[in-house]
Amino acid sequence: MPTLKEYAKEKVHFSGGHRLCAGCAAGSMARQVTMAFNKPTVVCNATGCLEVASTIYPFTAWEVPWLHVAFENTSAVASGVEAAYNAMRRKGMIKDEHIDIVAFGGDGGTFDIGLQSLSGALERGHDFLYICYDNGAYMNTGIQRSSGTPFAANTTTSPAGSVVPGKGQFKKPLVDIVVAHRIPFVATAVPAEPKDLIEKVRQGLDVEGPAFIHVDASCTRGQRFDPSLSIEITRLAVQTCIQPLYRVIDGEYTMDRPSLRIASDPSKKKPIDEYLRAQGRFRHLYKPEQRDDLITLFQEDIDKRWEEIKAKCGV
Amino acid sequence: MSKIAVTGDDAIAQAAKLVNPDVVAAYPITPQTIIVERFSDFVADGEVDTEFVCVESEHSAMSACIGASTAGGRVFTSSASAGLMLMYEILQIASSSRTPIVCAIANRAISGPINIHGEQTDQLLFRDSGWISQFAETNQEAYDQTIMAFKIGEHPEVLLPVAVGIDGFILSHAIEGVEPVTRELVSDFLGGERKSILRLDPDNPVSIGLLHLQDYYMEARAQVRDAQQRSKQIIIDTFKDWQKLTGREYNPIESYQMDDAEYAFVTMGSGAGNARTAIDELRANGEKVGLIKVRVYRPWFGNEFSTLTKNIKGIISVERAHSFGSPGGILGQDVKSTLFDSKQTPYMAEYCYGLGGRDCLVKEWTEIYNRSIQGFNEGENLPYFWWGVRE
Amino acid sequence: MPDVLPTDVSDEEFKKWVTEKWGYKKLPMAGSTPAGTAKFFRTGDWAAKQPRLIVENCTSCYKCYFYCPDSAITMVAGEDGKAHPEFDMFYCKGCGVCAYECPGRKGEKAIIMEDLK
Repeated sequence: MPTLKEYAKEKVHFSGGHRLCAGCAAGSMARQVTMAFNKPTVVCNATGCLEVASTIYPFTAWEVPWLHVAFENTSAVASGVEAAYNAMRRKGMIKDEHIDIVAFGGDGGTFDIGLQSLSGALERGHDFLYICYDNGAYMNTGIQRSSGTPFAANTTTSPAGSVVPGKGQFKKPLVDIVVAHRIPFVATAVPAEPKDLIEKVRQGLDVEGPAFIHVDASCTRGQRFDPSLSIEITRLAVQTCIQPLYRVIDGEYTMDRPSLRIASDPSKKKPIDEYLRAQGRFRHLYKPEQRDDLITLFQEDIDKRWEEIKAKCGV
Repeated sequence: MSKIAVTGDDAIAQAAKLVNPDVVAAYPITPQTIIVERFSDFVADGEVDTEFVCVESEHSAMSACIGASTAGGRVFTSSASAGLMLMYEILQIASSSRTPIVCAIANRAISGPINIHGEQTDQLLFRDSGWISQFAETNQEAYDQTIMAFKIGEHPEVLLPVAVGIDGFILSHAIEGVEPVTRELVSDFLGGERKSILRLDPDNPVSIGLLHLQDYYMEARAQVRDAQQRSKQIIIDTFKDWQKLTGREYNPIESYQMDDAEYAFVTMGSGAGNARTAIDELRANGEKVGLIKVRVYRPWFGNEFSTLTKNIKGIISVERAHSFGSPGGILGQDVKSTLFDSKQTPYMAEYCYGLGGRDCLVKEWTEIYNRSIQGFNEGENLPYFWWGVRE
Repeated sequence: MPDVLPTDVSDEEFKKWVTEKWGYKKLPMAGSTPAGTAKFFRTGDWAAKQPRLIVENCTSCYKCYFYCPDSAITMVAGEDGKAHPEFDMFYCKGCGVCAYECPGRKGEKAIIMEDLK
């Protein structure tokens, strides 16, 4: 496996001049993802922050062929692209032996409105890599709650009011749902761990059949923190085990180093309190009074999931 | 070649087989199912080179079609009614992405209440979407128009998706004789495989489907508008090319007994058959009545239409579709605005008929005619009327 | 008149397209654009702060390069023969991720953020 510095030699196919917010982790993620491209590659993009901000006509940040159709259908679009290349290759209409296909969707476009088309494409077994960049709400439309929004988060449709303290439900276990499709490659990642992320993208593109990577990508506006902290917030998600890093290859779970370090030395596991305090979307859990009841509920859920994933990874 | 006896759906599937598309992405819905079932047989038996993407919804069907067409493939799909409405959002993007997808539609009533039978409202609901929209009267027309749709849509001056509608069950499930053509003829007619000029090509990367704000959105829509206008000549040329190969004549606006007609029915699709028989009977009684059949609904061939109506005293527009709260029928509105534009002022009667697949017999067409003429003779346009509905 | 293709548009023509605000007859079909045109779009004027390199504290760890969301950092060999970040203020939005993430040397940052005047 190449070192991080070696990856720096790879071409970035996502240019500057895009209009993602200052300190947007989706921008860091998109750059890192494209560093893994080493074959002819085509990108399909669901409607969302990444799509909107990277392609305000007539400017596009994408240096590989890029297609946006709509919000809820990027897996179906990628299915069609793959099918056409297969047929055209068979007929000798294109010369490329293989074209990698990457689909991007946010948490809204993946957990919610795009879940059906994702499930369909995974079941049919198209050879493509789906990357869900999950910033925990519909940030593009103004921070509305999605089923990927974490428990208790304050969003514009799960506002922290005087009676209801933010979102009442836990995050939808999307990665488990994807794994249940028994596709050859599933992984989790964060832009704070670029080597891990780039490796996983390469691995996901190299397998035959569908691959899926869930990336926890922070949002300075919606999660409410200083733009300089965007990478740190995704690092905290790993350190608190909110976003354990692992991969599932042909059903076999393997935990990756940043999470493995915590599994082998539980003293390194940070309480979620550190993650929550760093973000304005959880401020109501601390002011006007500290809601230990909710923080404990949240912590218990994270702990339960962490134990489950450790058991699956055999650590 | 000797005729084959096939249902309308089967005729379309056979036509699509000869075209041998690169991708078919489709989802089953009555009364279109035979098309996808038959095409699946062709795939299973190796009679086509097509990648059949058996998607989980119509929304994904049209989405996959756009992906496939943008990748450079020749693409076919089929749907109806609720299926079209589920893909409604994506139909608009098919035209703005300039993807020449061909969609065969077994026209079906829309919910609610749920009904599975013939009605054209489903296809008329996306009249403003940029799709080229055609209707067929017979299974032969369905067969021929499906093949021609690829040539029209893929023409470099057009590059728009094309819909070909057949009345659900009335054509989709009814067997008629169809004179087939050969795969060689179709291949020559289409000029071999699709040659897309804009596609997702890793050697020549482009971005497609960007966010257009106030500064460029109207320009993007104007391109679709112009492509629709340009398609008129391509449609006429393609129909003529087909006639040279097969001897079968096609026009965007068809006429029957219009040379000396004083009154004219206007309709689309299978209803034209009963209209013709009624006209023959009426003419035997000395009535000077003819028929204008709209084959190509979008783009609208206004000049061709008004040429036929310039000596007409009264128009009877009869459509298997409806529009609640409108000043008339859906087709009727196009007819009326065409008459206004051409400064013609015949009397006009508009009828909605046959919703949800209800029959309209030859004698009913005669009754519609008599009712209309009575009104015209009293010097009145007839208000929009739902034929055959019980009060 | 068939439509224009984005691949026919050169960089120079693209700049004209933007400054002259072309009409639809000159614009490429299907709302398409040539790849990577955002490189011509300045986002540097969003910035309220700018990064400054203190080269003696830089260990060439490349973290800033991988974390920068805006392709505003390139790694360029310095006098010591090692790669150090160079900041492209045409793109830099001044988010400060590079400075925050910079591990520096012995606790001293190699990138600091300064107010833009």
